[in-house]
Amino acid sequence: MALLSLRELSKSFGGLAAVKNLTFDVDEGAIISLIGPNGAGKSTVFNLITGIYRPTSGSVNFAGREIAGTKPNAVAEAGITRTFQNIRLFAYMTVLENVLVGRHVRMHAQPWGDAIHSPYQRREEAESRKRAMELLEWFGIARYAHDWARNLPYGQQRRLEIARALASDPKLLLLDEPAAGTNPAEKADLMKLVQSIRARGVTVLLIEHDMKLVMGISDYVHVLDYGEEIAHGKPEQVRHDQRVIEAYLGKGA
Amino acid sequence: MKAALARRFPGLPLGLGRYRLDQIIVGAVVGIVLLLLPVIDQNSSHISAFADAGYVLLLAFGLNIVVGYTGLLVLGYAAFFAIGAYTYAMLASPQFNLHYNFWIMLIVSALVAAAFGVILGAPTLRLRGDYLAIVTLGFGEIVPQLLRNLDKYTNGPNGIVAIDQPSIGSYQFGFNPTPYYYLYFVVIVICLILLNNLRHSRLGRAWMAIREDELAAEHMGINTTAVKLLAFSIGSAFAGIAGVIYASKVTTISPDDFQFQVSVMILLAIVLGGIGNLVGVLVGGAIIALLNFLVLPQASNWAHALGYKFGIVSLQNVDLTNYHFMLFGFILVLVMLFRPEGLVPSATVRAELHAEQEASS
Repeated sequence: MALLSLRELSKSFGGLAAVKNLTFDVDEGAIISLIGPNGAGKSTVFNLITGIYRPTSGSVNFAGREIAGTKPNAVAEAGITRTFQNIRLFAYMTVLENVLVGRHVRMHAQPWGDAIHSPYQRREEAESRKRAMELLEWFGIARYAHDWARNLPYGQQRRLEIARALASDPKLLLLDEPAAGTNPAEKADLMKLVQSIRARGVTVLLIEHDMKLVMGISDYVHVLDYGEEIAHGKPEQVRHDQRVIEAYLGKGA
Repeated sequence: MKAALARRFPGLPLGLGRYRLDQIIVGAVVGIVLLLLPVIDQNSSHISAFADAGYVLLLAFGLNIVVGYTGLLVLGYAAFFAIGAYTYAMLASPQFNLHYNFWIMLIVSALVAAAFGVILGAPTLRLRGDYLAIVTLGFGEIVPQLLRNLDKYTNGPNGIVAIDQPSIGSYQFGFNPTPYYYLYFVVIVICLILLNNLRHSRLGRAWMAIREDELAAEHMGINTTAVKLLAFSIGSAFAGIAGVIYASKVTTISPDDFQFQVSVMILLAIVLGGIGNLVGVLVGGAIIALLNFLVLPQASNWAHALGYKFGIVSLQNVDLTNYHFMLFGFILVLVMLFRPEGLVPSATVRAELHAEQEASS
């Protein structure tokens, strides 16, 4: 059974249809890519899944539950977390604190317990810190743990954002252009990282412009243009699809 | 030696295990000096001023949660101070001939103020920055107006008189400022420990995440509505506690005690000290309070003396406490010009303000 299924999903802003009748499934354990030219509606799809927007029509089903229109924090709790196209870290909090905020939804200490640092709070906090540090080790940024997020090199900020999203042990991770602005070496690292994330049982839905990355790691690719799906298939099928080439390069290319 | 001073004691309860030995020593020394202060300086008007610094500090702590941690600019914070003070005044004075116990009222008023924090906070949840500031400015004006006009309950502009003073067993606090000073001391120490614990826990991080990026915070599973309301309510509870002790010490309160000036004074205290940093808030609050309660009244006397000595009539009758707002304004301008991050800034704010300089150098 699919972990995430979009059915006839549409979103219009005024008269403008940003996403039209989009239907696809994301199987558990897969790496699925969403590609298309700028303005094709890819980020809108992410925003519909994570609850920033309520769909005009259609449904988003996650792990057997309808989540369309659910608030972002409830979506995170249900097990979907994401990164952003423009990095949105908590700039003036430490790297470790960023990951701990990512863990927020799996922590249960109440305000009063926080205030007196109750035994439960201390246990949970210690456990969360340990897990956060393990994540940072895995991502190779543990040595920055006590630096501010904003002081990290750009490529490491991208990685931190992914680490923060993984801190709540999501079932599905949405990555919005994780390779944007990174250099080839960082891209190669990122590719390995995404594969190791999947190897740990997290399903990945990816928006990406870098074709080498997309073709290298995706199990399946969906291509959007003007809010509609124009093609889908395995990477090598999509790569040679005439409509995809036209969408990217224009007709007659 | 250095290593010994950097030692921590993780076994300590109440989050005290977080502090290094040198921090504990500094804290203990400052604490002992403050404990001995009424013995060192036995002038009762001085002790009274030191005690009054207590409510300024409590208010500054509370406002710092909302403004410093959560990043919500609230300009009408004195409203919650008023609500705390009036809750106690109405239930422990001849006004309705009710005389509930001070210690119980300390908690009741904190809860009432917290409830109002939620009630007044809820409509503003979608607002940020300037808009929030304007709306909360409105609250700050509405509350004293209500107190003025609800004569039946609040005795209108005349305020409530003969408010009960606290007692412990058979010991009456009376008009002696010293027990109030110690009461504030104990309450402030407790609040400091609790606040610093909050700052370093799930809730404190959620507050700061909202300040840094509300949308990203929401996507990390933070219920921003609940967390902001908690900031409003906990911040207001501090004002409620401050209000009760304040009312019991002065024994007479009127709507004029809770004007916009108070909100500005508290905001100035945290900006001067260093927004978002508890040590900064302590320092800023202490400076503003002592200026207001000690230095300015003294300065008036000096001015009078000068006036008589040199025969300048205008100086003989001047009351400089009336100029405290001018002075506060002046301080604010100086701070913004020369040290925008405050005297003891949180590392965060310092970096934020100097980030551009770093980038350009």
